[in-house]
Amino acid sequence: MPGAGPILAPNHMFWHQQLETLDRPSLEVLQIERLRETIRRLERVPFYRDKFLQSGVKPEAIKSSDDVRRLPFTTAADLRETYPAGLLAVSRDEVIRLHTTSGSTGKPKAVFFSRRDVDTAADLIARALCMTGVTRSDVFQNMMGYGLFTGGLGMHYGAEKVGCMVIPAGPGTSERQLMLMQDFRTTVVHILPSYALYFADFLERKGVDPRKDLSLRKAFVGAEAHTEETKNKIEAALGLDVYNSYGLTEMNGPGVAFECESKCGMHLWEDNYILEIINPATGEAVGEEETGELVLTSINREAMPLLRYRTRDLTSLLPGPCACGRTHRRIHRIKGRSDDMLVVRGVNIFPQQIERVLMSMPQIGHNYLILLEGLDEMTVRVELSPAAFDGEVGHVAELQNQVAEKLRAEIWVRPKVDLVASGSLPVAEGKAKRVIDKRSL
Amino acid sequence: MNTVKLLAVFAENRPGQAARVTGILARANINIRCVTVASSGSFGVMKLLVNDPDAACRALQKEGFAATLTEVIAVEMPDKPGALHSVAECLANHDINLANTSGFVANNRAILVVEVHEPVQAGEILNEHGFHILTQKETMAV
Repeated sequence: MPGAGPILAPNHMFWHQQLETLDRPSLEVLQIERLRETIRRLERVPFYRDKFLQSGVKPEAIKSSDDVRRLPFTTAADLRETYPAGLLAVSRDEVIRLHTTSGSTGKPKAVFFSRRDVDTAADLIARALCMTGVTRSDVFQNMMGYGLFTGGLGMHYGAEKVGCMVIPAGPGTSERQLMLMQDFRTTVVHILPSYALYFADFLERKGVDPRKDLSLRKAFVGAEAHTEETKNKIEAALGLDVYNSYGLTEMNGPGVAFECESKCGMHLWEDNYILEIINPATGEAVGEEETGELVLTSINREAMPLLRYRTRDLTSLLPGPCACGRTHRRIHRIKGRSDDMLVVRGVNIFPQQIERVLMSMPQIGHNYLILLEGLDEMTVRVELSPAAFDGEVGHVAELQNQVAEKLRAEIWVRPKVDLVASGSLPVAEGKAKRVIDKRSL
Repeated sequence: MNTVKLLAVFAENRPGQAARVTGILARANINIRCVTVASSGSFGVMKLLVNDPDAACRALQKEGFAATLTEVIAVEMPDKPGALHSVAECLANHDINLANTSGFVANNRAILVVEVHEPVQAGEILNEHGFHILTQKETMAV
């Protein structure tokens, strides 16, 4: 078109364009200012005050965002030891919400939110939804657990903020989920990756073709680390765009980092979090693009900011700027948790490596289970995809062998592979339990 | 040439799996004429000759089972020594490999269910040599 001005990213794709595209020097100035403010806030918390006294750190000493390295780490164990309210940085009256982690081992971690924290968390999620093209016209079915888990309520508030019609469906009861999707023409879902795969199987059994019979456009998946192959499988099975999301209760819940339309790494909102990637063994920063443990400092929380929180999630930074124009750096999808690593017959194995192999094979179904028994015996139970069955017992045995071989090539241990019927492995309502360790070592 | 659809179902090799399959078929009002199970370690494949293979297959798939239909031939033979040999020899003479084979005898009639690579061709050859090749309906009327 003659006379047209410079091409700008369409404004509706940004929730807060100025902050999302802030140039790096300005972003760092904002980080320093917010980090100093956070340190001042934490001087009221005995746990941190003691640490500051020991190390002699003063807010004024923070001159660059790299100075965050002079601050002490905070670990999951610190949160458990100070449970229930040892890290609260405001008076109880200013707290309007409490969330906890699942606490599968002993006491959970309690995380407090002020009114502004709830609002900020929702704002960060609104940014994320907006950057994938979600608008107020969307019908948002939230299939995550509500309650103490942040995934449900957190995302709910964000989607409401965008103006979507939010359906607080919660997880499970696939029949009802389908009914809601059909009756209210759901366009966007928020769902656990393991449940998305289960739900795809459910639709197939029901004879529902999501491409023709439903209005789904996008799925936000999170709360479980999952592989690119799993994402591809969900996209193919449900006929929609899948966007990865990353968050943790300790840092507000969902909304810490999200994929934009380019689906090339997750933008981590650096005006709210200072990110570091460290070698989990030494605590030192890893080299550029190297994989390490993600460490986050929340610099825009009131009720319970945390300094240098060891997430135990393994990731790396993606180099260069993103096509979308956002300046906030991108992290790779979570490659595993430093405490998820299995050692089998002396070999280090991450469950994600196994998942990657399984999800790249079309003959294999959507659910799997890793069983460790006896003296280091590893069995991988995988589902036979009904479409891959031709009635020949020999072909099934061959496939079983092929899976074991592919796994051996990836993890250097040849597991026993059991093919099981589709739908026969347990499906969790919450996060999927993929590893059962009953070894008597 | 008459061929017959044989139902094949993947099932794990653990107690209760066969019962789940037969339960689903019973509820779908399916009549079973003949069944074989080939097991291979942790799993097995059940093969069933039934009155309505399409309905049976759908019923199992609806419950999440990996089930499929394969085309086979049902050959009637005299119930006497050497009968099976004459069928096998006839196929061997035409270089046709017998894959999975099962059979049943009812009302003095012996029926051989033969899985071969080219069922139509095999049926024609056997027919030319005087063997009767049954339709799906005929297998249920034995």
